[in-house]
Amino acid sequence: MTALLELEDVHARYGPVRALHGVSLTVGEGEIVALLGANGAGKTTTLRAISGTVRRDGTIRFAGRALDGGADGAARRGIAHVPEGRGTFAEMTVWENLRLGAYTRRGALKDDFARVRSYFPWLEDRRGQQAGTLSGGEQQMLALARAFMQRPRLVLLDEPSLGLAPLLVTEIFRIVKELNEREGMTALVVEQNAHIALQAASSAYVLEVGRVALSGPSEELQAHESVRRSYLGY
Amino acid sequence: MVELARKLALPERRLPASPVLVVLLGSCVFLVIGCLQSTIFAQQTVAGLAQGAVYGSLALALVLIYRATEVINFAQGEMAMASVYIAYQLIQWGFSYWEAFAVTLAVAFVLGIAIQVAVIRPVQHKSVIAVVIVTVGLFILIDGLVNWKWGGAIRFMPAPFGGRVYHAGGVAFARQDLGTLVVTIASVMLLWALFQFTKLGLGMRAAALRPAAASLVGVRVNRMLAVGWGLAAVLGAVAGLMAEPSQFVLQPTLMQPILLYAFAAAVLGGLESPAGAVVGGLALGIFLNLIGQYVHFVTSELRLPFAFAVLLAVLLVKPTGLFGHGKVRKV
Repeated sequence: MTALLELEDVHARYGPVRALHGVSLTVGEGEIVALLGANGAGKTTTLRAISGTVRRDGTIRFAGRALDGGADGAARRGIAHVPEGRGTFAEMTVWENLRLGAYTRRGALKDDFARVRSYFPWLEDRRGQQAGTLSGGEQQMLALARAFMQRPRLVLLDEPSLGLAPLLVTEIFRIVKELNEREGMTALVVEQNAHIALQAASSAYVLEVGRVALSGPSEELQAHESVRRSYLGY
Repeated sequence: MVELARKLALPERRLPASPVLVVLLGSCVFLVIGCLQSTIFAQQTVAGLAQGAVYGSLALALVLIYRATEVINFAQGEMAMASVYIAYQLIQWGFSYWEAFAVTLAVAFVLGIAIQVAVIRPVQHKSVIAVVIVTVGLFILIDGLVNWKWGGAIRFMPAPFGGRVYHAGGVAFARQDLGTLVVTIASVMLLWALFQFTKLGLGMRAAALRPAAASLVGVRVNRMLAVGWGLAAVLGAVAGLMAEPSQFVLQPTLMQPILLYAFAAAVLGGLESPAGAVVGGLALGIFLNLIGQYVHFVTSELRLPFAFAVLLAVLLVKPTGLFGHGKVRKV
């Protein structure tokens, strides 16, 4: 498997506060990789470092080339970042949100929308609805659909389960898995819910205070003593 | 209607709250009946619409910048006034009025962008008050530059529409009022179409609403904000060029009263709402003209205080303005 994204000794800070102390990780093409860890371990910051929304040092290579420049540069290279709180444009319509997803691309959106609709059929009826009036689960799905409209090579998902009912969480991860299997979408998923994340992902990294504490294939981590105790709760 | 809204993917929930709609519809009915009953009323209404269109387009320029930069651009009027001087200069050099008009809009666009890049962007993330101070500084700077280059003396420009008057059913309509109305409304509609239907417009709205999320989908936020200033400057230039004929003379104070009316119109409509700014401007224009006609103690000196009295009254009843709404959303 070729590496799509490689982080090597990446540091990041918010003003004087250091959040990442040298994170190295690899995401292979066509993989789902989970990023686990407690609150404040640096999961979100890792995603922000990749998409260039936080000041960082170290090397990040994407598809063989160094990744630098701001957030819009990362988007133009084919990275779709669905941030915490989903980053939907609440004041705009569902359709406008989807158009914004395809902002970096030229050409007609008809085919893309048809494909997106096959995963989220309800979007059709809600095209003109203001995104802020959707339910939390719908907004999360809209954020996913928007990311998918970008035809990204890599999707960064920040806590897709946040604030959602268990049934919806399962549904979201089912769709992520389906997009991965059918469309070859590569994803790096930050998740508090280690149980469901390890089920969807092929491999995972566990962060502790800004460093990678553990990594490996999902089955190994699921069986790992300390992961089970700290994150899976049995 | 709902079906159409869905087809166009227009938002279904952006209409103002219904009492406001009722009041606006009521006023429209009142105006139509008045116009049918009295020719003077009709004349004053049309003249008011023309003035209101000027207020409305300058108010819209204020709203555009308010949405993108979150400040009132105090230099908006002076930017417009400087544009009129540029048109004046071009006409002096032998351009026809409408050639000068077109070139001026292009120059205003470039200058608007230049102002954002050169003086607004460096302070934008510092604080709101810093940006406000910069716009006040711009006001003084532009005023000074115009006085230095062209002097404070009164100058004359050719009238864009001539002095003809049309008669329809006993009512006299000045060609100039109709022309002003057509040009300002057309530019507002063009701008609306740009925002609603083009990718550039979509990017600009996204950049203004949520800069961080916009950059994550690949919108070049800084570039969009600069273009926003450019467009606001163009709209201001249209307002300035259309305001000039009704003042008969060109002098550096041209836009100062109009900026105040535009500010009143923008707040009346609800600072965040582009449609509100236009409706606010038109309403203010008509109201002031009719009051001036029928209430005898309201002389032209009392127009401005009256505009602010209206503003105050509306804000007492509806503090967010006619079309504004508090930020409520489901999470």
